[in-house]
Amino acid sequence: MRRPSALLAALLPALALAACGHRDLSAVDPAGPQAARIADLTWYLTIVGSAVFVVTVAFLLYALWRGHRRVENYSGEAAERHIHRWIYGAIGVTTLILLVTLIYNFTTGRALANFAEPDALTIRVTGHQWWWQVQYVDPVPSNRFETANEIHVPVGRRVRIEVQAADVIHSFWVPNLHGKVDLIPGYTNTTYFRADRAGVYHGRCAEFCGYQHARMDFLVIADPPAQFAAWYRNQLRSAPPPADSVQQVGQQVFLSTRCAMCHAVRGTDAGSHVGPDLTHLASRGTLAAGTLPNLRGSLGGWVLDPQSIKPGAYMPPNPLKPDELHALLSYLESLK
Amino acid sequence: MSSTEARVPAGLLNPAERELMERTWRPRGGVWGWLIATDHKSIAKRYIITAFVFFLLGGIEAFLIRLQLARPENHLLDPDQYNQIFTMHGTTMMFLFGVPIQLAVALYLVPLMVGTRNVAFPRLNALGYWTYLIGGLFLYVSFFLNTGPDAGWFAYVPLSGPQFGAGKRVDVWAQMVTFTEIAALTAAVEIIVTVLKQRAPGMSLNRIPIYVWSVLVTSFLVLFAMPSVALASTAMLAMDRLVGTHFFNPAEGGDPLLWQHLFWFFGHPEVYIMFLPATGYVSGIIPVFARRKMVGHTALVLSLVATGFVSFGLWVHHMFTTGLPQLGQSFFTGASLMIAIPSGVQIFCWIATLWAGRPKFDTPLLFVIGFIVLFVCGGITGVMIASVPFDQQAHDTYFIVAHLHYVQVGAFVFPLFAAFYYWFPKLTGRMLSERMGKWNFWLFFVGVNVTFFPQHFLGLMGMTRRVYTYLPETGWGPLNLLSTVGAGIIAASVVLFLANVVRSLAAGLPAGNDPWGGHTLEWDTASPPPPYNFAHIPVVDGLYPLWERAPGAPVVTGMAAGKRQVLVTSVMDAEPESIYEHPAPSVWPLIVALAIGVTFIFGIFTPWAFLIGPALMFTPLVMWFWPKRKEPHERSFAEEPA
Repeated sequence: MRRPSALLAALLPALALAACGHRDLSAVDPAGPQAARIADLTWYLTIVGSAVFVVTVAFLLYALWRGHRRVENYSGEAAERHIHRWIYGAIGVTTLILLVTLIYNFTTGRALANFAEPDALTIRVTGHQWWWQVQYVDPVPSNRFETANEIHVPVGRRVRIEVQAADVIHSFWVPNLHGKVDLIPGYTNTTYFRADRAGVYHGRCAEFCGYQHARMDFLVIADPPAQFAAWYRNQLRSAPPPADSVQQVGQQVFLSTRCAMCHAVRGTDAGSHVGPDLTHLASRGTLAAGTLPNLRGSLGGWVLDPQSIKPGAYMPPNPLKPDELHALLSYLESLK
Repeated sequence: MSSTEARVPAGLLNPAERELMERTWRPRGGVWGWLIATDHKSIAKRYIITAFVFFLLGGIEAFLIRLQLARPENHLLDPDQYNQIFTMHGTTMMFLFGVPIQLAVALYLVPLMVGTRNVAFPRLNALGYWTYLIGGLFLYVSFFLNTGPDAGWFAYVPLSGPQFGAGKRVDVWAQMVTFTEIAALTAAVEIIVTVLKQRAPGMSLNRIPIYVWSVLVTSFLVLFAMPSVALASTAMLAMDRLVGTHFFNPAEGGDPLLWQHLFWFFGHPEVYIMFLPATGYVSGIIPVFARRKMVGHTALVLSLVATGFVSFGLWVHHMFTTGLPQLGQSFFTGASLMIAIPSGVQIFCWIATLWAGRPKFDTPLLFVIGFIVLFVCGGITGVMIASVPFDQQAHDTYFIVAHLHYVQVGAFVFPLFAAFYYWFPKLTGRMLSERMGKWNFWLFFVGVNVTFFPQHFLGLMGMTRRVYTYLPETGWGPLNLLSTVGAGIIAASVVLFLANVVRSLAAGLPAGNDPWGGHTLEWDTASPPPPYNFAHIPVVDGLYPLWERAPGAPVVTGMAAGKRQVLVTSVMDAEPESIYEHPAPSVWPLIVALAIGVTFIFGIFTPWAFLIGPALMFTPLVMWFWPKRKEPHERSFAEEPA
């Protein structure tokens, strides 16, 4: 929690709970200025809203208690005038609170929009059913590359995300860094954020997009600048050639079976962009858009039978013989 | 005016004339009588029961959703089943329960409250019900045949379009919308005309009961909102899917965002279509149980009208993440905050009335109090998500789920239950059990809070909506389990309500005309009311007719007991203008509804249905409107010799 006042924690223990989910997905635990602005606004809205709620319900309960004890109605012209004065007052206070809220909303919205910067690091994210295509855009063609489901950003630098949709509407959301932005076919939307502390931040698709909407996650990994530069350099490289005979067999399996029909591994003949780019698969933390940890066992299960793990996904089952699978996994694990 | 003489025995119906009136209005018995019925009470009752059955079905779907999400990586439902079920839940609650039940209750109460014998256009009323029934049955038959829609109740393109929404699932959804639109539009027209032209003499605009105002405003919302979704789904989406138009296909110059604008231009007012009548129940019920006239009647009416207008300026707040220009979005933030002011006015008037009166805590008032608490909570989260920056975090998360259920369950279902308890005696002649009612209330109140309050935190913890499962590492498990427990409490409460209804129908205390000391005209007649509602149409001389009526107040005399006559009065002052003879019960509305059903159901498969359908409708429509030659339909007072 970034804004821990004792009063607040006492008032809203449960909101504090929201700030410490097990995975880093909280909207009130900002890791950058954009999310921090929204979190400040969230706290304001929550506190003012809770106060209004408490006061209104207190008035209601008092009214019931007071009314219940009456022997005779409070009515007549003077009574109505008295009551109306209270109502006018309440409406005045309500309007005032709403006006202040409106102004705070506008200034926050303005600040979020003004975060745009022309020479930010630009990353193009394209939503597919049900994975994320990630392209690092650079004026120099040799500085461009593609990856999937995992976005690395340097700590302290503004990032410009351009989002597009390949099929249906998706929504790009990394709660720790910024609010969400929709990926709509035919449109390109942009959003800017900056990560101020290194870490792994979870992202999700927020717009319902069919069968596997629930399993369309991604990671945003904020690295210190030097580490980011190293990662970037590595991603620019083609896949390393097979280091031993097992990996060599694995590469043959990859290129001669269905794998190569959808996936690209730069440096080989596999160049299809239907599915995620696998050039540096082994450097990524998760498989199948955040569905599984990237471990040999889960990778094997995923290759053999994706439909039992993520029913409806567009990857078909791949009935490989055990030694073929073993070789393929060794090859994929070498794609660092 | 000859028709509104003072109450002199000579002008009143004698026993023989009463007998004649009974015979004139008495519905035909048997199955045939049921099929041809046009009495507003009989249509409205079946409307209410049908909508309540859909409420139970939608509730079962909600419970399945909660069971699936009770723990991470649950395998009760697969993603396909889950997507169908949450789509069915939303669709059922919005299209088959929410709007229809509010209009159904209005179709029952409005003629009684304004003091007339039937709704305007009684045959249209029958048509509306049959169309609605066909739409609901069609949706559920499709669902049980595994063709249930699975693109959400909002059916965003392109997911619902021809390319990604395979099979006929979305077509079923689109045509179900058509059926319920027709039903809602017919009901809205009937209510508007009934309220404006059939009020009892003396019920000038400033004496219309607040509940009637609320449904009048609601009916106008229906008229202006529903065509938008009808255009989007019945015309554009169905044509994209059936004949390959490209309204929503960006590759051919179409636009997926167009769908969202059209859908929410309907979708947001729809929230108020459900909510405004609910505030009408509340404003009608509070004076009875606070035993005091409402504080600020005029302010309440103006609030209703203001809410109605502003509700059309909110739709973009469902689209704050779509990348629309910021300045444009600001207007919708402003409007979304502004609508809190008329709602605030209503809340303050309710609280003030309870404070200045002497509340007695019967079940209807308990539900009203629960409503105020839940509505304040839902309203405040509504103000929160009207903020563009906050909504960019909260949008499509469980925070929204929590908010919308606080306003839908809290601010619509709670008043509806208050209304059930309050008007059940009028509909059936029997009281519901107070003891079971109080259990019903407390279980419901606790259940709703246990279910939906934790969802605010789930949303802020990153839980997105419409997910069939989640991973254990997210830490969402415990709060989801709590939420599911709450759903169980709600289910127990609803079962208790059903038990209460069944028990009370058999053995409830007899209600008499006016068990609560009500102030509106429906309490001036028997429970349940006779088919003609009032033997003599009352003359109204105040906003609270039954509380303000002097002994020996005049009634309308001189209407023929042997004809189905209703009194037509002027819009502003309810001055008698003419007597209109209502049409007899008829089977043709049912036949027309069946023809509409054939048209739109077969229209899923072939565009030819839209040529054959109107041909099928032609003869029944001619028969429906075939004029009766024998006597003049209308008799104007102006033509009468004095």
